Amino acid sequence: MTKQLLSGNEAIARGALEAGVTVVSGYPGTPSTEILENIGKFYGDKMFAEWAPNEKVAFETAAGASTTGARSMTTMKLVGLNVAADPLMTLAYVGVVGGFVAVVADDPGMNSSQNEQDTRLFAHFAKVPVLEPSDAAEAKAFTLAGYEISEKFGTPVILRTTTTTSHSRGVVELADPIALNRTPSFKSDPQRFVPIPAWARGMRVRLEERLEKLAEEASNSPLNRIEWNASGDRRVGIVTAGAAYQYVKEVFPEANVLKLGWQFPFPDRLFREFAAQVDQVIVIEELEDFLEEHMKALGINAIGKRLGDEKLVPNIGALDVDVLKEIRAKLVANPATAPLFDAQTAVEIAPTTELPTLPALPARPPVLCPGCPHRGFFYALKKFDVVVSGDIGCYTLGVAPPLACMDTVLCMGGGFTVAHGIDRAKNDRPVVGIVGDSTFFHSGITGLLDVAYNKGGATLVVLDNRVTAMTGHQENPGSGKTLLGEETFAADIAEIAKATGFKNVVEVNPRDLAQTTAALKTAIESPEPWLIVAKEPCPLAYRKKIEKIYRVDQDKCKKCGACVKLGCPAIERDADKTVRVNPAFCVDCKLCEQVCKFGALEEIDVKMGGLV
Amino acid sequence: MTQQNSNNTTSVVLVGVGGQGILLASAIVAQAALDSGYDVKTNEIHGMAQRGGSVVAQIRYGEKIYSPLIPKGTATVLASLERVESLRYVDYLAPNGLAVVSDQIIVPTTVSSGAASYPTLDEETLRKYFPRLVYVRAVEQAAELGNARAANTILLGSLSTQLDLSLDAWEGAISKRVKPAFVDVNLKAFHLGRELAQ
Ligand SMILES: Cc1ncc(C[n+]2csc(CCOP(=O)(O)OP(=O)(O)O)c2C)c(N)n1
Ligand code: SF4
Ligand code: SF4
Repeated sequence: MTKQLLSGNEAIARGALEAGVTVVSGYPGTPSTEILENIGKFYGDKMFAEWAPNEKVAFETAAGASTTGARSMTTMKLVGLNVAADPLMTLAYVGVVGGFVAVVADDPGMNSSQNEQDTRLFAHFAKVPVLEPSDAAEAKAFTLAGYEISEKFGTPVILRTTTTTSHSRGVVELADPIALNRTPSFKSDPQRFVPIPAWARGMRVRLEERLEKLAEEASNSPLNRIEWNASGDRRVGIVTAGAAYQYVKEVFPEANVLKLGWQFPFPDRLFREFAAQVDQVIVIEELEDFLEEHMKALGINAIGKRLGDEKLVPNIGALDVDVLKEIRAKLVANPATAPLFDAQTAVEIAPTTELPTLPALPARPPVLCPGCPHRGFFYALKKFDVVVSGDIGCYTLGVAPPLACMDTVLCMGGGFTVAHGIDRAKNDRPVVGIVGDSTFFHSGITGLLDVAYNKGGATLVVLDNRVTAMTGHQENPGSGKTLLGEETFAADIAEIAKATGFKNVVEVNPRDLAQTTAALKTAIESPEPWLIVAKEPCPLAYRKKIEKIYRVDQDKCKKCGACVKLGCPAIERDADKTVRVNPAFCVDCKLCEQVCKFGALEEIDVKMGGLV
Repeated sequence: MTQQNSNNTTSVVLVGVGGQGILLASAIVAQAALDSGYDVKTNEIHGMAQRGGSVVAQIRYGEKIYSPLIPKGTATVLASLERVESLRYVDYLAPNGLAVVSDQIIVPTTVSSGAASYPTLDEETLRKYFPRLVYVRAVEQAAELGNARAANTILLGSLSTQLDLSLDAWEGAISKRVKPAFVDVNLKAFHLGRELAQ
């Protein structure tokens, strides 16, 4: 069969195809996004796949599909599962008919997330199995295994990945899709599907029975395996899972390893069997002490997050080979654990050369792109003395200097509701609540309704760039296109607001500073709530041919730095305060021209710009 | 003594700024290694870090690869599409490793805003940190070949001289990964890069 180099996310998409999945619904979120993007791109003719407005909707849609006997999948990032927690908790009781897998991608290290929650704890809480691959090949295999387990036990299954596994490529062998030939047919059975208390109590009992069976299955499952070393040395036994397994294999090549692909329900028998045969169990797991705590509860003397009084395996951030080398060094140095290791098998610490001290390197944080419509809005907003309740999206970058114009962010949808709370507390300064368009459809509408219904006074803003940009430009209900590329109705934010009872709704172009400032002034000064829809497509998602660009006329430029305060990456300033526009980056958004009082920014034909 | 896995592994680090095309360059290296019959793993940055931030791609190949992430001090080659970014990842390079650095400068907004300054980094300064350095006017030279966007492929040509992958594998990978209309200019860029590293 063909071998391909796939990322973990691409492999899960392929796994969905091979498993015969016919309905997939998800919501974007790094590091999970490419699963559904790939399904849409490559397998859209083989199954129904959609971007839902949020994770709860996505989860429930997939759950509904499963009741017909179809195999279904939902995809989301870690915090997405908080939004979908309600259906998850009860679906565990009700159970599934067709295989149901919820792919949840965690983000140790918080590369692009607001927290570092460990989804394994959620699986424990919800009492559903959790599988976790260690690389792309396993990502595909475990997707298929997830459907088998789900159908054999009638349970939803969580497939957990992490940023490293989702985004690392590895060699994956492709197989033909399984021919399921199912005819979706919902069989009415209220006692089975309706968890009214009388029936839910029975489900509760059966859930515990199911968990016991699952735990036994996990102990026998090929997803969990012991790798005994060839030498017969049984001093060290390492228990590990996920990406951490890869680092263990490099840094502890001599160890016996219990590699767990299926961590919950805990494979107790396997834990005991492994522990009984090694002198010392060491648990190396990313984030929480999920396995370690349970092994200790079983009476196994495991080392993990701590070694005596010392910290050993970090519970913060991602692990890697370098972190494991430090762990190994601590174990070898500690008199209690030193006898477990031979000096000659010590993993060679990379030889380092003494380099001259590095100069101070300028930070290069992510920034709003040149021509980003959010820039004009924040530049206008900065002139007002208000509290800004922000939200999550590209526009969160408005918190960074020089725009530095966001006071709070909590969670998706919070932009509106936190503002409403600040306003209803009778704060001494007016408040502006901001969400993006995807965030508005995700969980902004309910907040809007609250403000209208309960007569709030906050100024609300939707930064409507017609796309879910931060996560890589996915379609949303305002885009007019579906994941599968079909034309569809584009939801109109202003109309939705009016329908909720908002009387004061105004649309502005955020690239027009005067218009945006005027709308903000009216709204902020008004005791009534206002909704401002700042409408301009994201230039990265909706590329236009660039005919003109800007240039600084050095004769007119007074080096005042006003344009630099826009934070446009195309505007570069030297140490001597000379300002230049980088012709390769400018996209002709015309903002800088509006802020220069000396007319030094001139629009020129792109061909005149040259590549200087 | 148990075999050290990392000893049979070749590691390549590619660094630059979001939007410079690092993912395509990484895909070409990985494809060349895969087509040479190796086990391959790669890692790339997605999401937040791509909005003009600093980006890094890692490729590892060998008989059997475990970690996709490269341990510090072990990379065979480091190629940087931007001057200052090369230094941000200097500690990934093995003591004897080769650095290929494009002379391009992309001024970060932190510098324009006055919060930080861009250090003076000429070839001589860079050589202090990279004793084995190929310093390339990649964008200009690619533009001379007919397409400035082939700059990355010049760097690939230079770094290819350090890797045990055949010329056929490289040329095949470029043809597979680059859009048909741009294959020729990229092959030229690749060979120019090889010459520059000789
Ligand atoms: C509950 C939850 N789901 C998903 C995400 C991931 N996420 C972060 S920003 C974002 C998109 C925001 O899009 P939009 O509101 O349109 O703003 P834009 O990025 O386009 O400016 C998403 C989906 C998240 N942070 N929280
Ligand atoms: S991707 Fe679009 S919305 Fe995001 S920063 Fe760039 S221009 Fe702005
Ligand atoms: S240089 Fe001016 S016109 Fe060009 S992208 Fe930046 S702000 Fe817009």
